[in-house]
Amino acid sequence: MANEFYDENKQRHIPAEKLKFANQGVKLSDKKFQDKPIGYFKDAWIRFCKNKASIVALIIIIIIFLFSILTPLIERRYNSSFMDTYYQRRPPITTWGYNLGIDGTQSRDFSDKSLVTAYAIGVGAYDALGEGKPIGETLDGYKFQPIRKITKTFRKLEAGANNQNSEKVYYKARIDRYLEVGFLYMDIEQSEYQKIVDWQEETGKQVLYPIVANNDYNYDVIIGSPKSANYWYKTDAKGYPVRTTETGMTRKIPLTKEDGTFDTSIVLEDNYMRDSAGNLVYYRNVGGGDHSSSLFRIRVLYYNYYIYTNGFEPNYIMGTDSQGYDLALRLAEGIQLSLFISVFVCLINFIIGAMYGAVEGYYGGAVDIILERVSDILANVPFIVVATLFQLHLAKKVGPLVSLIFAFVLTGWIGIASRVRSQFYRFKNQEYVMAARTLGASDTRIIWKHIFPNTLGTIITASALSIPGFIFSESMLSFLGIVKLGGAGRTSLGTLLSDASAIWMNYPHLMIFPALIISLLMISFNLFGNGLRDAFNPSLRGSE
Amino acid sequence: MGKYVLKRLVLMIFTLLVIVTICFLLVRLLPREFPVDKNQEAVLKDRFEALGYNKPLLSQLFIYFKNIFTKGDFGTSWYIAYRRPVTEVIGQRLLPTVLVNFYSLIFSIPLGILFGVYAAIKKNKWQDQVISTGVMIFVSVPSYVYAFLVQYFLCFKLNLFPLTLKALNDAGGSWFSGAMFHSMVPAIIALSFGEIAGLCRFTRAELTETLTSDYMLLARTKGLTRAQATSRHALKNAMVPILPMIISSFIGILGGSFIIEQIFSIPGVGSLYIKSINLLDYDVFMADTIFYTFIGLLAGIVVDLSYGLIDPRIRMGEK
Repeated sequence: MANEFYDENKQRHIPAEKLKFANQGVKLSDKKFQDKPIGYFKDAWIRFCKNKASIVALIIIIIIFLFSILTPLIERRYNSSFMDTYYQRRPPITTWGYNLGIDGTQSRDFSDKSLVTAYAIGVGAYDALGEGKPIGETLDGYKFQPIRKITKTFRKLEAGANNQNSEKVYYKARIDRYLEVGFLYMDIEQSEYQKIVDWQEETGKQVLYPIVANNDYNYDVIIGSPKSANYWYKTDAKGYPVRTTETGMTRKIPLTKEDGTFDTSIVLEDNYMRDSAGNLVYYRNVGGGDHSSSLFRIRVLYYNYYIYTNGFEPNYIMGTDSQGYDLALRLAEGIQLSLFISVFVCLINFIIGAMYGAVEGYYGGAVDIILERVSDILANVPFIVVATLFQLHLAKKVGPLVSLIFAFVLTGWIGIASRVRSQFYRFKNQEYVMAARTLGASDTRIIWKHIFPNTLGTIITASALSIPGFIFSESMLSFLGIVKLGGAGRTSLGTLLSDASAIWMNYPHLMIFPALIISLLMISFNLFGNGLRDAFNPSLRGSE
Repeated sequence: MGKYVLKRLVLMIFTLLVIVTICFLLVRLLPREFPVDKNQEAVLKDRFEALGYNKPLLSQLFIYFKNIFTKGDFGTSWYIAYRRPVTEVIGQRLLPTVLVNFYSLIFSIPLGILFGVYAAIKKNKWQDQVISTGVMIFVSVPSYVYAFLVQYFLCFKLNLFPLTLKALNDAGGSWFSGAMFHSMVPAIIALSFGEIAGLCRFTRAELTETLTSDYMLLARTKGLTRAQATSRHALKNAMVPILPMIISSFIGILGGSFIIEQIFSIPGVGSLYIKSINLLDYDVFMADTIFYTFIGLLAGIVVDLSYGLIDPRIRMGEK
């Protein structure tokens, strides 16, 4: 049956009654599209999604942005004005990452004298009553011993007296930079003293430690540092620990064994102040005012004092910056500001550039020549000069941030304008524009409704690609000190870098985190911009 | 061609004059700061009076241009180098800037082109992917990050080089001595990363385009090997846009890099600029501004003209 119609013989003899119209009675019309129409932007989006690198870049940008938004929310305890002047430039420390290496330690070289000073902090905390315990007892994981581990012992030649070089032993050790602050003198009111005593009993954490005698054995007195209180043991005039003999003579305690290793069995002789009954003294009245308001000078273990005043342990995931702010929080503020500046400037440039370029390109002729000359002149002023002049003139009146934005805007739109202009030249003489004009459309309508949408892809790409430039320029200007954006609660990535620039060799975390974030932002925005370009303009793919 | 060159030059001078005028007016509007010392202040005030610094702005501008065109006098430095002519102050700083950037260029140009050519030949193979990824990273990461890395690892940790540039006296009193070069190496390396990456990307893009041209197919059908065709035909044509870029880099070395000079304490034009702002030495600042503007404009013109010189088929300015 199926082959009946294809059988040539039979086909010739189809009886008339077998023939009928195929679609009789059916109304014929165009079918509705099953798929949704794909517009210019949807098409670009589909192409963008296929570009893996750009998607990754976009995700990185979003993560960095979320970091900057969420950090202030999560790290509530450190609000933007929280600052601790004793914990400046400290490396990362967290309670949860303590065993993962985020423990606030740093590796450093010590001479025997400086090593014993650091060890003594731990011993001073351990042996609070001055019973004469050796250093060795604090080494097996005692919490307040700042020296964690001696990693290396080495000898270094040193120029001594009479041009004779002597070999000296040095130790490379990991030291907890938070515990290293050690003991400090604080002047507090009497009522505060009682509170601390109560708090000590409640929590079992010792804040108050015996006052050190103010005598010739106290190295802090010798070098004249009134706040520091780490030399609780007797030292000579050069800071070496000494032992007093019964005859009143002093003898240096030998610090190293014969094989050059540090002798951890030594016992430091305490130099605590004792009252007439021989008891340790925990405060000294330093006067001022009447009985109730006079100040007490106490000696505190700063780590515990910090917990007492703030209610939590130091917990800085990226360490602290050069002023004692939480670096993670500063970084979040910096990212926010840098992103805000670049996106805001980008938008303004977009608007100005679009209007300027549209007028230039659409009207052409004399208008074009004049406007082109103006933008040519502006484009040729070195940007750093523009930024400097704006800062010198406006920073005092409207603030450095606004002046910086002005500087960015003054020259930033030129690139966008020239792109819009060339696109307008390309499209303005096409037939559809002529048709619109014939139908009576006004210039404004033709510009914005008919030609401008054609330029959108190009200028969105150009804008996105200009963002890393703004981030870089801001960081450069801050770094060079031309723009000063820093301040309480506000900082920029460049300011963080310039703060770190002089001192970061010894505190690498100050540089690493901001530099890493800037680099990531620059790479991601560049990749993202390239992805946009490929998506909007596939013919340009691969060219740079 | 001659007419075009002339037109460009006239336009350049016009642009330069307008920019200088605007900057000059803006700079002279700023309040001057005087030393705390009363005698010095009086001396400076008298001098400024004599130089016409208190006259109306437009006559100041007239005096400024007159001095430049008749005597080549761009003003005097009052704070950085007391009473030295600005031209001399800048002149002294030019050599270190130029040297560091020049070394970096002669180091990075061959490398950049080499990587670019290699990536283009191996297009879409793993070698190209590796180079392109590296280029993407090196182009994006700001130059000061390399500077820090170089300083930290090569200078601080490994102790191979001094942290900052040596003073002229410590390095044998000459900018060309070996010790000076040795202390310049970190800055040169830091500058080179971006330069190599930029050039590599550009070369790759140009060469991949020429490699797929029809004349390459013709060259191969004539019997040239791939290497011959690439070196004789593709590379030559790819060089047309690359050479102007190299030329502009060579003009750009006069300007140098602000940040690298700051980090490695190179006593160059860039650090002079920063110093002139910090000390509010306006005449130096003005002259530095003119210098940078001029370099920028010059680079633009030379690049445009060099296209025509390198490839006579490109006729500039013809309608």
